[in-house]
Amino acid sequence: MSDLEVSLSGKPKIALYWASSCGGCEIAVLGIHEKILDVANAFDIVLWPCVLDGKVADVEALKDGELLFTLFNGAIRNDENYEMAQLLRRKSQLLVAFGSCAHEGCIPGLANFSNRRQMFDWIYHNAPTTHNPDGVEPAAGGWEFPEGRVHIPAYWDTVKTLDQVVDVDYYLPGCPPEADRIWDALTAIMEGKLPPQGSVIGAHVTVCDECLRSKHEKKITKFYRPHQIIPEPDLCLLEQGILCAGIATRSGCGALCPQVNMPCRGCYGPNQGVVDQGARFLSGVASVIDSQDPEEIEAILDTIPDPAGTFYRFSLPHSLLHRVAWGAHPGESILSGNGQEA
Amino acid sequence: MMGEKIGVYVCHCGSNIAGKVDVEEVARWAADLTNVEVSRHYEFMCSSLGQELVENDIQEKGLTRVVVAACSPHMHERTFRGACARAGLNPYLFEMANVREHDSWIHDEPVQATNKAKALVSAAVHRVTYHEPLEPMQAKINPATLVVGGGVAGIQAALEIAEAGYPVYLVEREPSIGGHMAQLDKTFPTLDCSACILTPKMFDAGNHPNITLLSYSEVEGVDGYVGNFTVTIRKKARFVNEELCTGCGICTEKCPKRVIDGVFEAGLGYRKAIYRPFPQAVPKYPVIDAESCIYFERGKCKACQMFCPTEAIDFEQEDGIVTVEVGNVILATGYDLFDTRKIPQYGYGRLANVFTSLEFERMVNAAGPTAGSIVLRDGVTTPGSVAIVHCVGSRDKNYHEYCSKICCMYSLKFAHLVHERLPGTEVYNFYIDMRTPGKGYEEFYHRLLEEGTHFIRGRVAEITDAVRRPGEEGKIIVQAEDTLMGAQRRIPVDMVILSPAIQARHDASHVAHLFGISCSHDNWLIEKHPKLDPVATMTDGIFIAGCVQGPKDIPDSVAQGAAAAARVLGLITQGEVELEPVRAIIDEERCSGCRICNNMCPYHAIDFIEDPGVSRVNPALCKGCGTCVAACPSGVVTGAHFSNEQIMAEIEGILVSLDGKEPIPEVEALTA
Repeated sequence: MSDLEVSLSGKPKIALYWASSCGGCEIAVLGIHEKILDVANAFDIVLWPCVLDGKVADVEALKDGELLFTLFNGAIRNDENYEMAQLLRRKSQLLVAFGSCAHEGCIPGLANFSNRRQMFDWIYHNAPTTHNPDGVEPAAGGWEFPEGRVHIPAYWDTVKTLDQVVDVDYYLPGCPPEADRIWDALTAIMEGKLPPQGSVIGAHVTVCDECLRSKHEKKITKFYRPHQIIPEPDLCLLEQGILCAGIATRSGCGALCPQVNMPCRGCYGPNQGVVDQGARFLSGVASVIDSQDPEEIEAILDTIPDPAGTFYRFSLPHSLLHRVAWGAHPGESILSGNGQEA
Repeated sequence: MMGEKIGVYVCHCGSNIAGKVDVEEVARWAADLTNVEVSRHYEFMCSSLGQELVENDIQEKGLTRVVVAACSPHMHERTFRGACARAGLNPYLFEMANVREHDSWIHDEPVQATNKAKALVSAAVHRVTYHEPLEPMQAKINPATLVVGGGVAGIQAALEIAEAGYPVYLVEREPSIGGHMAQLDKTFPTLDCSACILTPKMFDAGNHPNITLLSYSEVEGVDGYVGNFTVTIRKKARFVNEELCTGCGICTEKCPKRVIDGVFEAGLGYRKAIYRPFPQAVPKYPVIDAESCIYFERGKCKACQMFCPTEAIDFEQEDGIVTVEVGNVILATGYDLFDTRKIPQYGYGRLANVFTSLEFERMVNAAGPTAGSIVLRDGVTTPGSVAIVHCVGSRDKNYHEYCSKICCMYSLKFAHLVHERLPGTEVYNFYIDMRTPGKGYEEFYHRLLEEGTHFIRGRVAEITDAVRRPGEEGKIIVQAEDTLMGAQRRIPVDMVILSPAIQARHDASHVAHLFGISCSHDNWLIEKHPKLDPVATMTDGIFIAGCVQGPKDIPDSVAQGAAAAARVLGLITQGEVELEPVRAIIDEERCSGCRICNNMCPYHAIDFIEDPGVSRVNPALCKGCGTCVAACPSGVVTGAHFSNEQIMAEIEGILVSLDGKEPIPEVEALTA
């Protein structure tokens, strides 16, 4: 034990953590390949649940601010996420919202189109693959079992982004962030060349800037899902009626999706200076619908499946909408919604 | 932004504002708002004394921003910007709060109206803090003018400008200029021969050295801005070489194909497949109507070509595209007549002897299909009784709510012409209200009363041939409630003339879009100010004249044509014009070239620059409407004078708490 302490002295401590996430961001960190060894050389990794055997107690034992930085991925959707965000915030000099979930809310944030009750009804009762004859649901609180005590954190009605619960110093967007950008961020920290606090580490233009497809004046008469059309290889996907979010999405990914005929899904979030990515995407698309006739416009818009989920796929919790209005669902009172919120 | 010194001035506008809003209280309250250096109220801020208040405060108290709470900025924004400028303050560091149209005139409750005035003043104070000084731009005026539409309004405008020594391009869609006036027989109330007074003007327009007449042509594209428009015009193929044609008319004489003339003769007469709409047509050259021509249909005939003494017939001719550069545009594209078939109970198209006003005009015209005799549809029988129905499609919630203005007068003219040509004929005019406002118009009405016309006050319910009473056999029965008698009446007559509404051209909204101006919901083009600027539009350099703006009689149309010409001549002689600097700016460093905005701009102000692949706003074209600002998905377009900062500040200001003076909610999400 004492050997270890000696060997670690002088190296700054860091943590990587996942809250409500899929694990893709962890893989993305490993996507920097052998450079991960440089990271390990430069820093002492105190906590990285996916990869290393660190304990929360180790972090709790640190002095406040003893971690140089924490890369925090995942959204905040239960008490545990929230407590870990607070803990890591306290212990870290720099807290980085890593990936779209921590930055914007991402796919877990689409839960904000419903509430906890509806989520539970589907997941634990109604989904076709659910087998739960006793009707068991997660119940928050401490539970004693022969093997020991189990703590189940309370599940929130609303998914929040990291910066909606604690102060965040930097944002690294993407679902997941591209390895090159991760390395840019790590080198910036290692070399002390950080941008102004609060910055999103990425480009200040949109995906269209990096996309090599030719772009013209746009006039859309029908929208297609990717499987409904074989796109022209060199022409802007949006011009072909494929809902490409590149127009409203911060660049930095290298426009990878459009290069392989898939529309940008918007994971890098809004461009610099934009508050609401979905609103920008929507107004941009609405601007190029080629009709003056209200009924025809309706018909064209009807070819967009799940508009709310499409335009706000990655950004609902961080948007101006934040979530579906309380009381929007039958039987739900405006007051009932806040029960489990921190 | 901190340390600005703002002057607030609350206007009484006599009792217009002060009668409802406690202006003294508003001024007292505003004095405590952040950055407010001085807050006053005054009887009439727009008076020279009111303006001097502002000017003195700027100079003596060193104000850096000015807010005037008064009427609509449409009314007096220029006034107070001028006051600021005279005192050495950039005029765009001024903001107006509208506490009259938006407040005192529309609210009843004084306390609430006063509170609203405070909120509006607070919004303006917050906003003006973020204003930036702007400098207007200068644009040179090309002395050439485009006049679209060769009716009497367009002809008048073209002649006025040409006479003043400046070049005019006069574009007319039909083969000849003249418009509706050329179709008329007599003009009310003087009973001048319409053609006799119009044809000299047509001839002058066709032969004036300063007028380039582009007949049988349509405008296809407009680019540019006041002083510098580039207009693309399609010159439709006439299939007649204008260089060679002498207008002798042999081709028309020899053409074997007769078709119904649905345009000039309103369907009442025939023309040939190669034709000139009427003998006095300007220009004199005929056109071949390719849809009717036997050669175009079957590949042989060519009678016209064989007989043409100058070999002017050219079946190979194609549409030509002409591009002209002009400084100003006058739109005088006129009107369409309401389609009377839309009111089936009036029987037009079903009952042979129901005519439209235009058919009747052609019928009574000595040069028309019946050589001026008034006959039934059979072409021989003269009617013994005639009913003239006013307001067909006008003043009618089902069709057009507006009054078409000219129908009463031309209906009276028709009654007179029937009396004159067929003495002893009974004439019934069915009217709702008799509208005769104009010089000599009411006198004309009295003349008709004396001529023995029967006037029946009531909207016609039905026109039918279903006989119900003796004496109705073989007649058309006009049923109406006579509101003066208070009784239903059935009048059997031989002939009915419907006086249809005049309505906007079917393609008026297309024309408006092409030239970047607005239409009303009735599709009339909208003038800049209905009282004080009737021939200008919200787009600088685009003027309107005649019925394109709304129903008008001939003298009004001529006056508007001349007025539009005067406005254009004013700009031409200035040589240069100042452009409002409120416009959109694209941050080219951050533009990703997605081109969403490119076809958004109603003023065609956005160009895409291939290298380096960014969109750019042409500041001279931009009107600062903000469409592209809203459309830009990457948020890199900023509206000068309407920046996000300014708008957010305005919102925060209007949400002021009237007790604590701080904005009510923290607009957290909006400012994040």
